[in-house]
Parts: sequence; structure tokens; C-alpha cells
Amino acid sequence: MLKGDFTQNLGKVYAMYTGGFLGFTIILAILEQLGVPNRVIGYLFVALTIGVYALIGILSRTTQVSEYYVAGRKVPAFYNGMATGADWISAASFIGMAGTLYALGYDGLAFVLGWTGGYVLVAVLLAPYLRKFGQFTVPDFLGARYGGNLARFAGIIVLLSASFTYVVAQVYGTGIIASRFLGISFEVAVFVGLAGILVCSMLGGMRAVTWTQVAQYIILIIAYLLPVVIMSAQVTGVPIPELMYGQALQKITALEQTLGVTKPHVQPFTNYDPLNFFGLILCLMIGTAALPHVLMRFFTTPSVRDARMSVGWSLLFIFILYFTAPSYAAFAKLEVYQNVIGQQISALPQWVSLWGQIGLVGACDAPNAAEVFAMCKGVVGNGDGILQLAEFKINNDAIVLATPEIAGLPYVVAGLVAAGGLAAALSTADGLLLAIANALSHDIYYRMIDPHADAKRRLIVARALLVGVAIIAAYVASTKPAGILSMVAWAFSLAASGLFPALVMGIWWKRTTSIGAILGIIAGWGICLYYLIMTQYFAMPLWFGVKNISCGLFGIPVAFIVTYVVSLFTPAPSQEMQDFVESIRVPRGDVALAAGQAKAE
Amino acid sequence: MAKQSLTPERAREYWSKTSTLMWTVLAIWFVFGFLIHAFVTSLNTIVIGGFPLGFYMAAQGSLIVFVIIIFWYAMRQNRIDEDFGVTED
Repeated sequence: MLKGDFTQNLGKVYAMYTGGFLGFTIILAILEQLGVPNRVIGYLFVALTIGVYALIGILSRTTQVSEYYVAGRKVPAFYNGMATGADWISAASFIGMAGTLYALGYDGLAFVLGWTGGYVLVAVLLAPYLRKFGQFTVPDFLGARYGGNLARFAGIIVLLSASFTYVVAQVYGTGIIASRFLGISFEVAVFVGLAGILVCSMLGGMRAVTWTQVAQYIILIIAYLLPVVIMSAQVTGVPIPELMYGQALQKITALEQTLGVTKPHVQPFTNYDPLNFFGLILCLMIGTAALPHVLMRFFTTPSVRDARMSVGWSLLFIFILYFTAPSYAAFAKLEVYQNVIGQQISALPQWVSLWGQIGLVGACDAPNAAEVFAMCKGVVGNGDGILQLAEFKINNDAIVLATPEIAGLPYVVAGLVAAGGLAAALSTADGLLLAIANALSHDIYYRMIDPHADAKRRLIVARALLVGVAIIAAYVASTKPAGILSMVAWAFSLAASGLFPALVMGIWWKRTTSIGAILGIIAGWGICLYYLIMTQYFAMPLWFGVKNISCGLFGIPVAFIVTYVVSLFTPAPSQEMQDFVESIRVPRGDVALAAGQAKAE
Repeated sequence: MAKQSLTPERAREYWSKTSTLMWTVLAIWFVFGFLIHAFVTSLNTIVIGGFPLGFYMAAQGSLIVFVIIIFWYAMRQNRIDEDFGVTED
């Protein structure tokens, strides 16, 4: 199926796949009505979707280096956009984004803006030029532009620091979802997730990851949209949540006044002050444009022209999810204000106790409520039999996961949401793992240690490293490290401070010198890391009140300034290097490599 | 070979057009990514379809603009390439 003219039949193949998936969901729905237990439905969902990813992974196995690293540069713009969408949408976005908006109201929109607006920077500043440069990895570009292995190595350090915590969080996410829906222990679930990740990526590298990510995108977006579309139809009569949740916002605002909510949903700057709100947006945007697992997707398109269009498709596919997330938050909040707060404990909707048992929701009216609801720890209820606002606790993750039950939908929809969350976590983990393993196998082993290694040997090393990194990530995840989610947010600031200035100035300012760029990377990344560690672990006071999640606010300008000033004080790059920069700015023609630059394949 | 077909003068002109487009897109990006949200409180007094406008811009409006300007940029830049005859062979 995946041979020869596969790329010409993409539309047909994925249409059939989507139809097959919907048919499968309908069959499961019928089975549920016939009395098949929920647990079996959950198992079937997880087993079938991982089975399909594994099948694609095995069919896409390859022995060619360029297929392994950049999918043979044959991925059409539209499908690369879908793959980038799945690459980008993580477990945190799928499950946690709506919950963050529920908890923070307007201020949570900093994440929505930051995680979409960054693609504008990718499109105009980086993607077309990196595609023209046309090698395999982001450190490849740093090595070629900034005279060799020192710059390459600095890039790899930043890449590892940003990507590793991120991949641990994804493996953690797969463990949470698998354990919840399969009823197995978290530690076992992590290794089930690991197996799911490896079958997609090990044999076929980028080629396999690309085609599984397209398949994963289709599942995750169906799973994300379906529950809230039905909910919107129930609440407002129109199945378009993105347009209709304005009504919910109106009702929420009215109810907030009667309930005495101190932080209204639509009122800005109640959780973040403006400096932190805008600072976070900037760090997330620039971080988006510097994360290697995203940038490397644009190495896979057939041409520069396709790379440009592909960024547009990517954002469109990502947009569909972020555009919908605020409606999830609004409908969930309306449900809570209308049907939960102020109700008799005995009259609470069923989903409260259902998700309370799992520990994601707490109705803490009774003084001993913590014995029943894990969420109630530290909350003292007044025991009047009525649930007050302060007595209701809900975990961010519950917003998306509980929506099927809130809307009273059959279990098959909950299973679908679980499959979607799993697809989101697996696809992002695949992309990150490949970025890390490729940096180690291609940049460190092949470029720096053994440049004469043949293709066969290089692919063996690449696969061994992939498995090795995956196992380490799974091990770290299985120890349930604290604060894993805030570490993910740090990854954006670290990548933004370390990589963005060197990449952008390397393309847009010919005068940028190797020493300038290397010192810029070290200074920007170093300041950001210093601020993170000192404020997080050594109680250093905040500078100007900037939360450490936005440490890029210091790192990014420092990196730009250091690169600029040092470049001015060091001799201009050679004419050859300037010709090289000229040649990657223009789509036509060959890349003019300077002496000593490693050739592309 | 393109290097010969583009005189230094034409190459400079190509790059200045490309840069102008880049700055234009970044200006729009800045307005919808940051500037407009500085006025959220006053925009929130305008309510359309139940949405306070300031909230709407951060939740949906700016996102729509981001998607559109990337496609617009791709089309404009591809046209510049064609005008200068530097599209890929």
C-alpha cells in the first residue's frame, strides 16, 4: 500500500482511513448498546489505534538515510501541515488547554495566542530558508553557518535541554491516559506508551513518523470536536460551539454576579499582570519558532514554495483545536455554575461523583469530604448540605475528559476522547524523540565523531540511540517527577533564548560572525537557565516581577544584543560565507557551500 | 544557474522586496499578537453575539488573522519569486 505511488494516492488513502475509523467507532457504539462492558470498549479503542500506527510504522520502514531523516523530502505541503499539527498538539494542549482556560479565564488566552502566533515567525523568518539550506537537522544549519562543530554542539545542548523535559512530559501523558482507560498501573502504562511510540518511529524514522502523525491528527481532531459539538447542540441548539459559546459567556457573567465570583471569566489581568501576560505570549511565540521538532518538519517538503504554504496549513490545523478550546472552558463553566454550585449534595449531577472517584473532581461540603474526594484535601466545608463555590474543586484535566459525561453521552465517546488524547501524546513524543535521537546520531556521531560511517552503520546508530533515549525518557516519567508541566513551559523559553537569535540573524544579517553567534547562544540560554534555577530552587527574588516561565524575556534580548555587539567587534564573515547566505535566501539554484562546510546528501 | 541570471542589482532588489514583505507581516503580527490586547478592557464594552470583543480577539480573532497572513505571505512571496524568475527549477 505504501509503495511507489503512495504519495499520489494520499487523499484516497486517508479518506478511506477516516471512513474506516468512523465506521469502527459506530460499531463500538452498537456493541456498547448490546451490553459490551466499558472496559472492553476502552481496550478496543486503544488497541486498534495503536495497531494502526504500528502498521503504518512497519510499512514505512526504510534503509535510506534521507528517507530516515527527512522522509525523502516528498511530503506535500497539506499533509506536512497535518503532521506538524499532530507534532505540535501535545497531551497538555489536548487535555489541559481547555482546563487552563477554565481556571484562568481571559489570562489563559496567553497560551492560545502564544502557541499559534509563533507560526507567523516560522513562516516569514525561518522555514523557507531552512528548507533551501536543505540538510537534515537544525544543528546542521548552525554548524554550516557558524563554522563548525562548536556552534553545532552549542545548538545540540540547547536542543537537548528544551526537548528532553518535553518528551518526558509526553510519555507521562501517555501513561496517565493509558492507565485511566485500561485500568493498569501507571508504571506499566508508561511502558505500554513507550512501545506505542517506538513502533511508529524506530524502523522508518521521519518517514514513518510523518505518515503516522497524519493518521494521529485525524483521530485527535475528531475526538476533540465531537463532544463539544454535541454539548453545544444541547445547550444552545446549534452544533457550532465556536460561534455559540458567546451565549454561554453571557450567562456565565450573569451567574458570576449572583455567585460573587471575584475573578470573572472574561475580565483580563486577574491572574497575570500585563507584563507577565504579554511576556508569556512573546516567549511562547518565539519558543515555537525555535523548537527543533517543529522546524525539522519543514525540511521534509519537496520545495521552498511548499515549505511556505506548509506553515499555513500547519497553523490552520493547529488553529482548529485552539479555536475550539475556549468553548470547552465556557460550556464546562456554565454547567458548573448552573447545575453544581448551590445544589443539594444529594442532587449533584452524576459526573461529579464519577470523576470524584478518579480524583479529578471534589465536592467538599462535608467536613470529612477528603476521605471520599482526593481533591478535597485542605478544604474545610461548612457541612450545610449545599455545595458552595469554595467547596467545589476540579482538576484542569477533567474539563475535556469529563465533557462526554457532562453531556450525558455514551461511553464510546469517552473512549474516543481517550484515543484522541493518546494520539496527541504519542505524535508529539515521536517528533521530539526523533529530534533528540537525530541530533545525537547525525550531529554528534556522524558529523563530529565518525564522518566516514556508511549509511547502514549510521542508521543502526540512529535506531539504537532512539531506543536508548526512549527508555531513559520512560524511566524518568515512571518516577513521576514533580512539576513536569511547568518544565514544559520552560522548554519554550530555553529554546527561544538559545536558538532563535542565532537562526534568525544567521539568515537575515550577513555580518553575524561565528563567535558572535556562539557567545549569543551561550549568553541567552545561560541567563534563562540561571534565572529559572535560581528563582525555582534558591528562592532568588524575581526580576521586575517576571515569572520564571517567561525567563526568555531576559534571555532573548541578551542573546540578540551579545550576538550583534560581538559580531561588530569581530572580523566580518568571509566572502564565501556571505555567498552561502545569499544562496539560501533565493529559492533557485544550488546552496553555495563554503570551504570546510559539510555537504548535504 | 540562477546565480548568473540574477545581477547583483536585481539580487539586491529581490532581497529588499522580500524584506519589506517580512516587515509588513511582522507589523501585522505585532498588532494582533500584542497591541490590540492592550486595549482589551475598552474593547470588552463592545459585545457581539454574546462575545465581549476584547475577549473574542484573544480567543479567536487574532488566531484567524494569523492563519490568513501566513497564506497571504506565502502567495505574495511566491509571486515575488516568479517576478524575479528565481522559482525552483
